[in-house]
Amino acid sequence: MPVQLPISLSSAIEMLANTPNAQLLSGGTDFMVEVNFNHRHPEHVIGLRNVKELQQWSINSETSTVYIGASVPYSTMETGELAAALPALAQAARTVGSPQIRAAGTLGGNLGTCSPAGDSLPVLSALDATVHLASVDGERNVPFNEFMVGPKRNSRLPHELVSGVTIPMSTGFQGYAKVGVRNAMVISVASVCLALHNDAVSVALGSVGPTILRCPEAEQWFNDLGAQQLTDSIATEFGARVSAESRPIDDHRSTAEYRRHAVGVLATRLLQRGYAQ
Amino acid sequence: MSESENYALAVNGEVREVKDAWLGESLLYVLRERLGLPGSKGACEQGECGSCTVFMNGNAVCSCLVMAASAVGSEIATVEGLNPDGTLTDVQEAFVSEGAVQCGFCTPGLVMAVHHLLEENPDPSEHAVKEALSGNICRCTGYGRIFAAVDAVVSVRKEMSR
Repeated sequence: MPVQLPISLSSAIEMLANTPNAQLLSGGTDFMVEVNFNHRHPEHVIGLRNVKELQQWSINSETSTVYIGASVPYSTMETGELAAALPALAQAARTVGSPQIRAAGTLGGNLGTCSPAGDSLPVLSALDATVHLASVDGERNVPFNEFMVGPKRNSRLPHELVSGVTIPMSTGFQGYAKVGVRNAMVISVASVCLALHNDAVSVALGSVGPTILRCPEAEQWFNDLGAQQLTDSIATEFGARVSAESRPIDDHRSTAEYRRHAVGVLATRLLQRGYAQ
Repeated sequence: MSESENYALAVNGEVREVKDAWLGESLLYVLRERLGLPGSKGACEQGECGSCTVFMNGNAVCSCLVMAASAVGSEIATVEGLNPDGTLTDVQEAFVSEGAVQCGFCTPGLVMAVHHLLEENPDPSEHAVKEALSGNICRCTGYGRIFAAVDAVVSVRKEMSR
């Protein structure tokens, strides 16, 4: 039975327990490119498209968190209640591929692939999201910043599937910015998510390291300043410190030098936007 | 090689049997090569060009990035299913009358994207049209005429609903 299409989470994890080497398939927007170009030859697939539980999302105002199921597509995050609760995620979602890709691609897929260029991942990092993994052993909750362990590598065990994510809402500004060669349908050359929560800044970088990178030194420097007002020199210094914490490489999409520069500019810009609000 | 796949897809309101297929076949491939529906076009095979746009449970998606065997249980609609009697839809008529068709390769995908856009947003702004069609590439670069066709449909539909 090479393709299995469970309709419930319990049957999905049961199937996965029996065939832990099966390819988990969500929107297919990464995986099918590899199949179409003969880089992957699937032999056993568990398609998660019809699993009802994975399509749920909810906003909990008591805990100030948002739960998003693994199969919720980006198009749902771009507008409406989810966008109001998590503006940075909405901005990141809107930069993913094209409308057709956003109607198919999911957070679960982004987490499963775990590319350093995954557009939603800097948001999950900056907001200290928790990844929920389901298996026949029960649920395991892993902070996103421990979940991603390398380029396209995560700490999901073979018999586990990503069931969803819980994302804390920030008390203040949150924003996402990305550089690519053009405006539509690009894989990020560099991206930044910045959030202000209880007067503390958090910043996470995409496409400039083997994983999404938080910038603990820049964050601490800024938070220790306790600045009431943001001057240009503070914002610029913050950007320089963020740049210093990036670990980019040269590749076919850009150079390390440009990426290091770009994340500094984006971090400065987002901090200024945050304080302008 | 994995064993061959047999499954049924719901395409344009009909149940269509697919026999002896390979697991990795995309929905685009199955539509064109197995089900005799060549309206959806294949070009980039990586979700960049939009020429393979179909509706899946009402959402416009790239059929080249849907694993066909995983689409069992989903409602699929192709450009052939827009008007099953073979007549042109108002969007297709507008593409003809506004000169939005040059080589024609991108046209089916764009027609699907425009139908989807106007279903969601009957009176879109210029920016909304551009964003909605950003996943459909016309390499004859005839975008001006395509936007004019969208405007024409919007005007006619507004007139009709008065």
